[in-house]
Amino acid sequence: MKILVCVSKTPDTTAKIAFTDNNTKFDTNGIQWIINPYDEWYALVKAIELKEADPSVVIHLVTVGTADADPVIRKALALGGDEAIRINADSQDSFYVASQIASVAKGGGYDLVFTGKETIDYNGASIGGMLSELLGFPYISMATKFEWTANKATITREIEGGEEVCEIESPFVISCQKGMAEQRIPNMRGIMAARTKPLKVVEPVALEPLTQIVGFELPPAKAGVKLIPADQPEELVRLLREEAKAF
Amino acid sequence: MSVLIFIDQSEGHIKKASYEALSYGAKIAEMSGTAAEAVILGNSDSDLAALGQYGVSKIHQVRNDHLNHFDAQVYIQALEQVVSRTGADIIIFSNNVDGKAIAPGLSAQLKAGLVTGAVDLPDTSNGFVVKKTVFSGKAFAHVRINSAIKIITLNPNAYPVLEKEGRAEVVTEDIQLLPGKVTVKSVNKVKGEVPLTEADIVVSGGRGLKGPENWGIVEDLAKALGAATACSRPVADADWRPHHEHVGQTGIAIAPNLYIAIGISGAIQHLAGVNRSKVIVVINKDPEAPFFKAADYGIVGDAFEVVPKITEAVKKLKG
Ligand SMILES: Cc1cc2nc3c(=O)[nH]c(=O)nc-3n(C[C@H](O)[C@H](O)[C@H](O)COP(=O)(O)OP(=O)(O)OC[C@H]3O[C@@H](n4cnc5c(N)ncnc54)[C@H](O)[C@@H]3O)c2cc1C
Ligand SMILES: Nc1ncnc2c1ncn2[C@@H]1O[C@H](COP(=O)(O)O)[C@@H](O)[C@H]1O
Repeated sequence: MKILVCVSKTPDTTAKIAFTDNNTKFDTNGIQWIINPYDEWYALVKAIELKEADPSVVIHLVTVGTADADPVIRKALALGGDEAIRINADSQDSFYVASQIASVAKGGGYDLVFTGKETIDYNGASIGGMLSELLGFPYISMATKFEWTANKATITREIEGGEEVCEIESPFVISCQKGMAEQRIPNMRGIMAARTKPLKVVEPVALEPLTQIVGFELPPAKAGVKLIPADQPEELVRLLREEAKAF
Repeated sequence: MSVLIFIDQSEGHIKKASYEALSYGAKIAEMSGTAAEAVILGNSDSDLAALGQYGVSKIHQVRNDHLNHFDAQVYIQALEQVVSRTGADIIIFSNNVDGKAIAPGLSAQLKAGLVTGAVDLPDTSNGFVVKKTVFSGKAFAHVRINSAIKIITLNPNAYPVLEKEGRAEVVTEDIQLLPGKVTVKSVNKVKGEVPLTEADIVVSGGRGLKGPENWGIVEDLAKALGAATACSRPVADADWRPHHEHVGQTGIAIAPNLYIAIGISGAIQHLAGVNRSKVIVVINKDPEAPFFKAADYGIVGDAFEVVPKITEAVKKLKG
């Protein structure tokens, strides 16, 4: 079985968000890049668990990004996976990224395509769904549990206000979130092995993105907290009703 | 040219997020001088014509046995045909579980530019630009859609439900569909609780509550307010509370009218999921807790003493 895991790099979760060039570009000054948590903790680790259960499983990682994504991809390889493919392009919009991944995936004979639930920078939650249509594979979104037996997966996924258990045969695309797997840290052996694992760089296919970010904006700053003495909770409730009209 | 709004229903019940999406779509249609129509997939017990009060003139209902269970591929097939029959060029979804599962695939099929998580009406003064949340609520991006067909998913609680007079015409669409490949084995809905993403008020607890046995005070306040309950990540990780209550950067992002944080320090990853709440109340015994900087109202005090008193005061005020 061959698995493709889509990984992207995102700013560290504590990163200070600021913009430059008249609020049209994200300020990458001093930003630490990490693997998008959903891709790392859930999608990749689940794929690794499948390989641990069946060593014949082959895992490829794919990212759409320029050379500055390489350290993040190596870190992902240190967790596990056999080789990585970097599609050498800026991720312009979701459709662009999904189309690039689809063009690599098409000839690859993958049985399963794993993505994270969403990237924590762009918050698109879109690549998985787009990939599934571009590849003609079914799509299972927001999976929290995954069991694999004889070509069939039993998957628990989030639905509005609850969960659903479904069954599906490969191939398919699945987006992963909390519950899928336990977070891991790469060990020394993994880090050493990652240095020699193949990282293939391929050029993107020519394609126009459908959307374009024209500007950014930070939310307005809060006016400041109004503190209420601990022995006057009725006053808080009164303010919430009369001043804030919050309930 | 027209606007088409996807009505999300689960087991015949139409969700609040759909009323918001209908109101939002109707407003866009009004702005661009076209009609707003809606589509609903599968059978429904609701009075669909009554949805006209949210500003749509026509509702296309697709009935087909293959739609009885959710399967993104099948839903997309159906929607593609409705889009081509209606000639819709702006398609609106709610940015909820179903919207996120369907809108991207439909966008890829139709080569339609997609913006997920919209928080405002599009700005059409220079192209078609939609404001959306990015960096998990820490910022907004303005995204221009350049394609002929445009798809937007609207964040919950971002646009008001607007009601007026009127009933919609309901037409049944006869559509052939290929069966899906997903077999649904069981559906398990959390009964009786307010779903977190739809809740107007959320009461949330953190590690300051010391253990799951102390959640009574959180639940009592939530009940008095008709609120949903939530928690910080370490609380869900320790299994004090179910995982679906975990809010934050790596949990659910919410934007209720009122968010009450009890015994939560206010780490940046927590704030990322809740800072779009309209009013934030923080109850923490440490005056230096970072959460106070992001709050509108605060009480520095022991949750175990303060919270039951707030609950009493709420009950008294509500009668
Ligand atoms: C990559 C990454 C992603 C993360 N994602 C998330 C996320 O999505 N959501 C999230 O919540 N966290 C997330 N975290 C964790 C986050 O950094 C914090 O560790 C976490 O939010 C702290 O939870 P807490 O506030 O409940 O606990 P603590 O930080 O331990 O705070 C407890 C608070 O309770 C107060 N307190 C104690 N006793 C009382 C009392 N009797 N009465 C009143 N107050 C009291 C204390 O003063 C303190 O402020 C993430 C971390 C990382 C590294
Ligand atoms: N540039 C990228 N390269 C590879 N995979 C990506 C990229 N961007 C997003 N993904 C994958 O798609 C998922 C959803 O991303 P998004 O739709 O951007 O929120 C992520 O969790 C990744 O698994």
